Amino acid sequence: MKPFIRHEGVAAVLPRDNIDTDAIIPSREMRTVSRSGLADGLFAPWRYTDPDARAADSDFVLNQAEFSGASVLIAGHNFGCGSSREHAVWALMEYGFRVVLATSFATIFRNNALRNGLLTIQLAPDQIDRISAWVRRDPQANQPRIDLEACSIQTDPAAEAVPFQIEANAREMLLKGLDEIGLTEQSLDAIAAFEVRDRALRPWVYLTG
Amino acid sequence: MGQTLFDKLWQVHEVEALAEGQSLLYVDRIFLHERTGSVALNSLLDRNRSVRRREHAFCTMDHIVDTLPGRGDETLMPSGRDFIVATRSAAQEMDIRLFDIQDPDQGIVHVISPELGIALPGLSLICPDSHTCTLGGLGALAWGVGSTEAEHALATSTLRVARPQTMRVHFTGTLPAQATAKDLILYTIRELSAAGGAGCAIEFSGRAIEQLPVESRLTLCNMSTELSAFTGLIAPDEKTIEYCHGRRFAPEGDAWSQAIEHWRSLQTDPDATFDFEHHLSVDNLKPQISWGTSPQHCIDWDGSVPRIADAPDDASAAAWRRAQDYMGVTGGTRLSDYPLDAAFIGSCTNSRLSDLRLAAAFLKRTGQRVAKGVKALCVPGSGQVKRAAEAEGLDEIFRGAGFEWREPGCSMCFFAGGESFGREVRVASTTNRNFEGRQGLGVRTHIASPLTVVTSACAGYLLADTPVVDTAA
Repeated sequence: MKPFIRHEGVAAVLPRDNIDTDAIIPSREMRTVSRSGLADGLFAPWRYTDPDARAADSDFVLNQAEFSGASVLIAGHNFGCGSSREHAVWALMEYGFRVVLATSFATIFRNNALRNGLLTIQLAPDQIDRISAWVRRDPQANQPRIDLEACSIQTDPAAEAVPFQIEANAREMLLKGLDEIGLTEQSLDAIAAFEVRDRALRPWVYLTG
Repeated sequence: MGQTLFDKLWQVHEVEALAEGQSLLYVDRIFLHERTGSVALNSLLDRNRSVRRREHAFCTMDHIVDTLPGRGDETLMPSGRDFIVATRSAAQEMDIRLFDIQDPDQGIVHVISPELGIALPGLSLICPDSHTCTLGGLGALAWGVGSTEAEHALATSTLRVARPQTMRVHFTGTLPAQATAKDLILYTIRELSAAGGAGCAIEFSGRAIEQLPVESRLTLCNMSTELSAFTGLIAPDEKTIEYCHGRRFAPEGDAWSQAIEHWRSLQTDPDATFDFEHHLSVDNLKPQISWGTSPQHCIDWDGSVPRIADAPDDASAAAWRRAQDYMGVTGGTRLSDYPLDAAFIGSCTNSRLSDLRLAAAFLKRTGQRVAKGVKALCVPGSGQVKRAAEAEGLDEIFRGAGFEWREPGCSMCFFAGGESFGREVRVASTTNRNFEGRQGLGVRTHIASPLTVVTSACAGYLLADTPVVDTAA
């Protein structure tokens, strides 16, 4: 996984609540047994007036020139709810997004994001509103700078940076680009010992063959 | 201080505590399907990792496989065959048990896992599928994950999990005869909102829950994810134990006795506390139908679609406007004002034998047929459900009334590029998600119980089966 240390880029504002993973990447856009080939289908139902013909909907934020090259997404609450499809994260990243700011995230989406190096930052509604307003004044010029080492978002250089919180282990995983399976493999002895204890307590759990 | 059911399940599965409330949890069962499981298996193969306990991993074909009679590896979804072939080949290479298309036990993952005794009370179970919380209805700690986490569980038999907060949703009163578990969960989502259980392990309790049969508890917990919850849970009781007894992968003999002794301890202690608690009265619960594009957009079947002017805030007003535009409904109208084009009975929410019996009983009792111009499908959740339904003659009742009778699978619960209803087609559906485009581009999904869907299919508009009140008397 590619480490995430800091990022500065154009932010796209999509101020909707409950943006579900079917909207982020519809099932019909997941055409291959792989993690790639998904960027084109990102937000297909909203991005295109006709998704089959890929006819762009000029009203949608990602089709507006001032937001071109967006790599930070700003949304409302419960972002990524619905289906557990990790394709939602892969599609966002393949399109170029590195950070999502929202007032809350669905748990599975957030876990998936973390395991792929997509930084999710939960902020208070008034913080989201302030950052969104600043971005909208001139999206190409007003690019937020997200620093994971400092846990802060720099917007207007004249203003103070917005601090954010993230669990220390999640932060370390992102900063170092750690592979979680590799981390857990260091606990294989503990897992084997657990099984010995657990088998005595719950022998019915362990199937054979 | 006492422990909640969730606390007990967490404790039993904790291999080691990690920093910041995270734990390494032991995963007793892993279930995969061809949609997202194929990616996890392929990734494992690519990295030369193996499945740590292959006997605890299972796989089914449900999401992409067709449900038309005579189906095989070819699918209506253009590249569907690739998923099926890749899943089969990876499952073979990993030597994990696959319920393949022609297997008599094939079916929707969350229907077959309890049916086969793969999901049991007290087990931890994960699947790269958000509706894995269904199995909480048995008292299992079951939750949905992404493909990378599924890969982690396959490789290590564990997951690193942040401990969720706990919530209890306690139902007071008795469920009226016409209200089903589906109505109960839709009403709960309507009251708490689509983010109302965000990140929580929710225990459902109360007399209404105790009275629910096990299959209905699965329906209820199935939609915990629509509250954005980590999972839903119902404490196992004697009904649960009876349900599990004799199932194919359930323990036998001494192991069974040890299991049920453990299961009986899986109750929330009287002095345990939850981070959040809600009480909802169900005495006057009416059948629920969704009007919009989020599961929280539900109303009583005879209620009015909300007026945008009545929205509590600007964000809701904008969301309602989008939803009403998409659904082609107007604030102030009733759902029965709109002609229905299709009806779908199936999905991991409502495709079990009791669901099919409920719908078929309506058809038999009323002698009604599907209204002219309405396309109606019934898709049993598994091979076992299908055979049991056929043995009772339910298939003939459905067919006789104008329903298609399909092979088991997820079918048109979601649109993967194959079969769909069509743009602006209004569907009464027993599924769990009414998101924009979920059942196909422009499809207008109204989610409801099997009883409401069958009643609506016959009426030709959205309608609940409620007793006729004789006002003259």
